[in-house]
Amino acid sequence: MSLTPAPIAEVGFYEPWWMQIVKTLVIFGIGFSLVPLALLYERKLLGRFQNRPGPNRVGPFGTLQPMADIFKLVTKEQFKPRGSIGWLFILSPLLAMVAALATFALVPFSGRPQDIFGTPVGLYGLDSSIGLLIFFAFSSIGAYGVLLGGWSSGSKYSFLGAMRGAAQLISYEVSQGLALLGIVMTAGTLSLSGIVEHQSGMWFILPQVVGAFIFFVATLAEINRTPFDLLEADSELVAGYMTEYGGGRFALYYVAEYVHLVMAGAMFATLFLGGWQLPFGIDPPGWIDPIVVLAKTALIVTLIVWIRASLPKVRYDQLMSFGWKVLLPLATLNALVTAVILVVTDK
Amino acid sequence: MSDETPKPGGDPAAPAAGEAAGPSHREQDAPATAGERQAAPDIADLLGGEPGGPLTAVADPPADQSGPSAYRVQEQSIDFSAQLRQVATRDDAELLTINMGPHHPATHGVLRLLTTLEGEVVRDVKPIVGYLHTGIEKTAEDKAYWKAIPVIERMDYLAYYFNAMAYVGAVEDLLEVEVPKRAQYLRVIHLELNRIMSHLVWLGTTMLDLGAISIFWYAFRERETILDLFEYSSGQRMHTRYFQIGGVAEDIPAGWEQSLRRFLVEMPKRIDQYDAMLKRNEIVLRRLRHVGVLSAEQLQAWGVTGPLLRAAGVPWDLRKAMPSSSYEDFDFQIPVGTEGDNYDRYLVRVAEMRQSLRIIEQAIDGLPEGPWITEDRKVALPPRHELATSMEALIHHFKLVTEGMRVPAGEAYHAIEGPRGELGCFVRSDGSSKPARVHVRDPSFVNLQAFGDMARGEYIADMIATLACLDPLLGGIDR
Repeated sequence: MSLTPAPIAEVGFYEPWWMQIVKTLVIFGIGFSLVPLALLYERKLLGRFQNRPGPNRVGPFGTLQPMADIFKLVTKEQFKPRGSIGWLFILSPLLAMVAALATFALVPFSGRPQDIFGTPVGLYGLDSSIGLLIFFAFSSIGAYGVLLGGWSSGSKYSFLGAMRGAAQLISYEVSQGLALLGIVMTAGTLSLSGIVEHQSGMWFILPQVVGAFIFFVATLAEINRTPFDLLEADSELVAGYMTEYGGGRFALYYVAEYVHLVMAGAMFATLFLGGWQLPFGIDPPGWIDPIVVLAKTALIVTLIVWIRASLPKVRYDQLMSFGWKVLLPLATLNALVTAVILVVTDK
Repeated sequence: MSDETPKPGGDPAAPAAGEAAGPSHREQDAPATAGERQAAPDIADLLGGEPGGPLTAVADPPADQSGPSAYRVQEQSIDFSAQLRQVATRDDAELLTINMGPHHPATHGVLRLLTTLEGEVVRDVKPIVGYLHTGIEKTAEDKAYWKAIPVIERMDYLAYYFNAMAYVGAVEDLLEVEVPKRAQYLRVIHLELNRIMSHLVWLGTTMLDLGAISIFWYAFRERETILDLFEYSSGQRMHTRYFQIGGVAEDIPAGWEQSLRRFLVEMPKRIDQYDAMLKRNEIVLRRLRHVGVLSAEQLQAWGVTGPLLRAAGVPWDLRKAMPSSSYEDFDFQIPVGTEGDNYDRYLVRVAEMRQSLRIIEQAIDGLPEGPWITEDRKVALPPRHELATSMEALIHHFKLVTEGMRVPAGEAYHAIEGPRGELGCFVRSDGSSKPARVHVRDPSFVNLQAFGDMARGEYIADMIATLACLDPLLGGIDR
C-alpha cells in the first residue's frame, strides 16, 4: 500500500484554469437559458395537445412568456408563514435549484475536444470517472430541497407533500440506479462520455430496452412528472411541498423542475440514445455534436410532455407498490440477466 | 359549546342532531320527497355541526358576551377536535386534522371539508357548507312569479334550464295552465342539452382531479358548442331565462335546427374519443374502481338520487318514473351500474350523455308545429304585434308587466330529473302575484350527506375523486 492515497475519481481536466471558469459560467448560462425554452416548449406543446394555441400574447408567438412569468414571480413580495422555520425555508429552494443545475455539468455534448481560443476544450463541465455516481448524488441532494422545503413550511399540505416526496424519491432512486447497472457493466465505466463512446456500434436502448424502460419510468417519478406527480398533487394537496412558497422562492422550485425535465431528457439521451453519436456511421463535423444531443433531449422532453397531456396520475399507495413490487424486481432481474450474458459471451 | 354536545352519529338510524334542537331546515319548510323521507337525520351535521355551521343561526348566544364577537363565537363553535365520531383506530396512531377549503382547487366550489387523516387514509370527513349562500329562495318571495325565474335559474349554475323547469312546472301546476306540445318538446331539447353540458363539465373537472388535464379542454370544447346553441336560441349562454310560465320565451330561430343536427352528428364521435382516452385506461380503472362504494340501500337511506343511485343499480329516473313535459313520448334507456363505485358513476354519466342525444334527436325529428307558449293571456305576454291593434292585449301586457299574474292559493311540488338527481321545487301561493314560499330540493345538497360514508376509510386522493364523482354544485347546495 502506497502512502499517498489514491484519488477517488479521475477527473480528466486538460484545459487551463481560466477555461474551466469560463466553462462553468457557460454551462450555468446554458442551463439557465434552457429553462425558459423548456417552459415555453412544454406550454406550447400542451396547448396544441389540448386544442388551444398556448401562450401567444407576450412577444412574437408568445416567446417572451416565460420571461414574463419569471419576472412576475421575482418581483413579488417574499413572505414566510409564521409557523415556518426561517432559514430552512429560504435554503430549501436554493438547494433544489443548485442540485438540479449542478447535474447539468455532467452531460457530455461532444467526444472530441473542440478548438476554442486556441485551446482544446471538452464540451462538458466535468468528465469524471464516477460521473454516474455524481449524478445520483446530486439527485439525492435535490430530494432534500423538497423534503426540507415541505417540512419547514409549517403547513399540513406541505408536510404531507414532503412525506410523500421522501418516500417517492427514495424508492424510485433505487430502481433508477439498478436499471443502469446493465449499462455500467456493459460499458465497463461510470464515466458518462465513456458510456457514450461505448455506444458507437449500437445504442444502449436496443440491448438494454428493459433497463431503458425502467430508467424512464423511474425518472418520471424522480423528477415529479405525470403520472407520478404526487409531490405536488394539485388536486388534493393544493401544491404539495411548495404550497407556502410564493414569489422568487417559488420561481426557484419552478426553475429546478424544468432543469430536472431537461436533465431527464439529456441523461436518457446520453445513457440510452448514444449521446452525440448518429446512427448509420454518419460522422458530422464536431460542432454538430451538441445539436445532436439537444435534439435527442428535446425528443425525450416531448415524450414526457405527451405523457402529461394524456395520463391521469396514480394514487400514492399504487405508486409505492409499483415502485417496489414491479420496477425494483424488474431492474434487479435486468441487471442479473445482463451480468449472466456478459459472463457467458465473455466480453 | 360543542364540547358538551355529543356529535351525532353518521348512521341514519341514530338519533338526529335536529331532534334536540327542533326540526331541521328541510323538515320545517319542505315536503319530504320520496327519496329523502328516511334521510332527514344529519342535516345539522352537514351544516357544520349544530349549531356551528355558517348557515345555522346561533340560537342562544352565550350569556358572557364580553369576550369575542358573536361571529367569532359562531366560528369557534365548529368542532375542530380530531376526535371525531367513528374514528376507530389504533391507540398509538396519530391523527391529523386538515382543513380543506373553502378555497381549495378540488372542492368544486366553496365547500369546506374538515378531514381527519391517519397517514394518507381518511378517517373522518365533515363537509361544511353555506359559504355561497345567496338567499335565492327568500329573494324569490319578493318577486312576481314570472320575475322570479332569473333568480331561481342561478342556484345550480350548471343546470339552469332544470332550475327554471322545476319552478315553472310547479307554478304551472298551480295555475293548471296547458303547455303547448311544441313548447314541451323545445323544453325537452334544451333540458337534455343542458344535461349533456352539465355532464361534460363534470367529466372535465373530475378527470382534472384525477390528473388528466387534457380531457378538461376537450369536454369544454363540446360544452362551448352547446352554449353557442343556447345563445342562438335565447340570447344568453348561461342563465338563459328561456323557459316561461306556460311555454318558452321564443320559438327556435331559423338555422338553429341545422346547428343542433350538426352537434348531434358530432357529439357521439366525441364521446367515443373520451371513451378511447379514459374507459380502458389502466390508471383510470385503478383510480376509480371499487372506490367510494355505497350500497343502494345506504344511498336510498340518505335520500341520494340521480346518477349516484343509478350507478348502484337502482333504475330510478323521474323521466321514466314520473314523466312530465312529454318525456313519455321518447324512447330512451336508463343506464345503471352494478357496483356503485366511482367507475360505475363515470360510466353511467357517459351513457346518459348518449341517451340524452337520443332524446334530443327524437324531439327535434318529431317537433310539432304550433304555438310555443300558452295562449292564455293571463299568464303569457301577448305577442308584440297585438299591442298596436288590441286594447285587450295592451291591458294584459300592462297587468303582467307591472303586477304579474295572480296564482290561485295552494301548494305544488314539481320534481324533475336533474343532472345530479331529483330537483324539486315547492311553491306555496297565497293567491297574490308573488309566491308565499319557494323552496328547492337540490340534489347536490341531499347527495352530499352521503359523502362522509363514501369517503371514510379511503385514501385522501380517492376522497377527492369520490367528491368529484359525487358531482356537488355549491351554488345549488347553498342557494
